[in-house]
Amino acid sequence: MAENTGIKDVVRDENLVYKKTSVLTDKVMHYCPGCGHGTAHRLIAEVIEEMEIQSGTIGVTPVGCAVLMYNYLDIDMQEAAHGRAPAVATAIKRLMPDKYVFTYQGDGDLAAIGTAETIHACNRGENIAIFFINNGIYGMTGGQMAPTTLLGMKSSTSPYGRDVHMMGNPLKMTELVAQLPGTWYVTRQAVHTPASVRKAKKAIRQAFENQKLKKGLSLVEIVSNCNSGWKMSPVDSNKWMAENMFPFYPPGDIKLEGKLVGKE
Amino acid sequence: MKGNEAIAEAAIRAGADAYFGYPITPQSEILEYLMAEKPHERTGMVVLQAESEIAAINMVYGGAACGRKVITSSSSPGISLKQEGLSYIAGSELPCVVVNVVRGGPGLGTIQPAQSDYFQAVKGGGHGDYRLIVLAPQSVQEMADFVDLGFELAFRYRNPVMILTDGALGQMMEKVWLQEQKPRMTIFPDWATTGKTPDRERNVITSLDLDSAEQEKFNLKLQNKYRKLEAEEVRFEHTDTEDAEYLLVAYGTSARICQKSVRLARDKGIKAGLLRPVTLFPFPKKPLKELAAKVKGILAVEMSTGQMVEDVRLAVEGKVQVEHYGRMGGIIPTPEEIVDAIGKNFLK
Ligand SMILES: Cc1ncc(C[n+]2csc(CCOP(=O)(O)OP(=O)(O)O)c2C)c(N)n1
Repeated sequence: MAENTGIKDVVRDENLVYKKTSVLTDKVMHYCPGCGHGTAHRLIAEVIEEMEIQSGTIGVTPVGCAVLMYNYLDIDMQEAAHGRAPAVATAIKRLMPDKYVFTYQGDGDLAAIGTAETIHACNRGENIAIFFINNGIYGMTGGQMAPTTLLGMKSSTSPYGRDVHMMGNPLKMTELVAQLPGTWYVTRQAVHTPASVRKAKKAIRQAFENQKLKKGLSLVEIVSNCNSGWKMSPVDSNKWMAENMFPFYPPGDIKLEGKLVGKE
Repeated sequence: MKGNEAIAEAAIRAGADAYFGYPITPQSEILEYLMAEKPHERTGMVVLQAESEIAAINMVYGGAACGRKVITSSSSPGISLKQEGLSYIAGSELPCVVVNVVRGGPGLGTIQPAQSDYFQAVKGGGHGDYRLIVLAPQSVQEMADFVDLGFELAFRYRNPVMILTDGALGQMMEKVWLQEQKPRMTIFPDWATTGKTPDRERNVITSLDLDSAEQEKFNLKLQNKYRKLEAEEVRFEHTDTEDAEYLLVAYGTSARICQKSVRLARDKGIKAGLLRPVTLFPFPKKPLKELAAKVKGILAVEMSTGQMVEDVRLAVEGKVQVEHYGRMGGIIPTPEEIVDAIGKNFLK
């Protein structure tokens, strides 16, 4: 009987049930262990591979933790100024209407500095996909308050918790853009459990597929953790997210095929 | 046609792929003309009214990064909003043409013409060490011609080009000869994000490099490009400089007026001449320095409190007295005023 203990003997084509998508590069990601960005990147890369649209896709990265996304996805990418990705993507899509164009943006990028660009790209019904990573905090700059920071939630610029009188309310940008006639598909997902990862992937795929229809913009919000910014372990941060973020940012579809869910 | 309309028509004929803009006086005719002209039907050119100048310049970034010929226009307050985007465009080495139909400032200022955005245009404007190639037309004809020239330079040097003009030239009507329609590009530069094909590495357009040594190297590369521009792309015109004792230096509208001032001065027996920078960056330092050795005084004439005059002084290296004459707030100097200013400054 042959020795069967080496890893090389196990990793054989016939034994493979899952492998890293070819659309992800070999570059080691810089994300903190446990952060949702890496998972979201992988899902986008897998969808691009499965749809065989690597040469047909142009991505736009934000300013935020995901600024270096272009190091990880093996596709043509542009790095936008903070908040401006939807304007950048608008031009790409208008000039190359047959390409799949997406932006990938954090909450500060999309819902604070880039609010105008986000709303107007949505309202014009640009045929692009926006992937919106909502971790309730400014991750890259060290954990400051974001437009999506929950009331009472602590951050480095709301050290005693977000106070509504002083700092205003958290902004539900996803619900807001769902009201606009230019959006075709608006959904909120998460990537903290295997089940949610599968769902999020379906949503991401839908957002790419929708671009063929030319019926408007698709926005997929992914509620995510920021274990470093929240100062928690990855496991605790996911638990905290489900208990505290989901009541205010409930996962689920908000707009399907141009119609608000639960409305006629 | 109006200067603004000439720019718009010239953009279509230059084979531009897109225009993105936001209304502001005195240049709204550019967007209005393009919308009315339906360039989409003529050449397939995309025209879009953006939600702000910030969005417009970032659309320019997105389109330019796809290797397309993209143009935008605005006037001073709007150009201020575009500075962040321009810095990114310069830092990503993207070609584009940006038109500034200058109005008086600061702040909301006035809608009347001025030349008070010179510093912003030629010294970079946004953050970081970068330069725009700056072209200064003095007629409606040049408003049109510089669009095509602008694209040519922008693509040759992978650098944003600014056409620095003003409300007077934008609104002025003159006869203009327009070039034949150029076809839009069908082959795009190899750096453009047109979709990664299996035969090449992915293309990434970014201005980010967190490695300080690499960032310094990149800055040096940009500086080399600017030195090359200074060596090869300086454009200027001069009139009556052979025997001139007093040299006027002026660009754009001011240069146009100074031509008349030279005639008036010579009628009075004052040997005046004019040097007109056509490129403001790169600035015609060498011809100025040469002329400085021959003349008794230089008067920089600008519709500002004196911005270009600093570059004139740098160029002549103290060889000759350099003074400034300017009007502000939307006032255009008369040719007579300028002749008087020669007298007051140099002929006491
Ligand atoms: C014009 C401008 N303002 C501010 C910054 C600093 N900055 C970088 S990332 C960031 C916030 C990022 O937060 P978010 O969009 O939520 O993304 P995350 O890092 O959490 O993924 C800020 C304020 C910048 N780079 N540019």
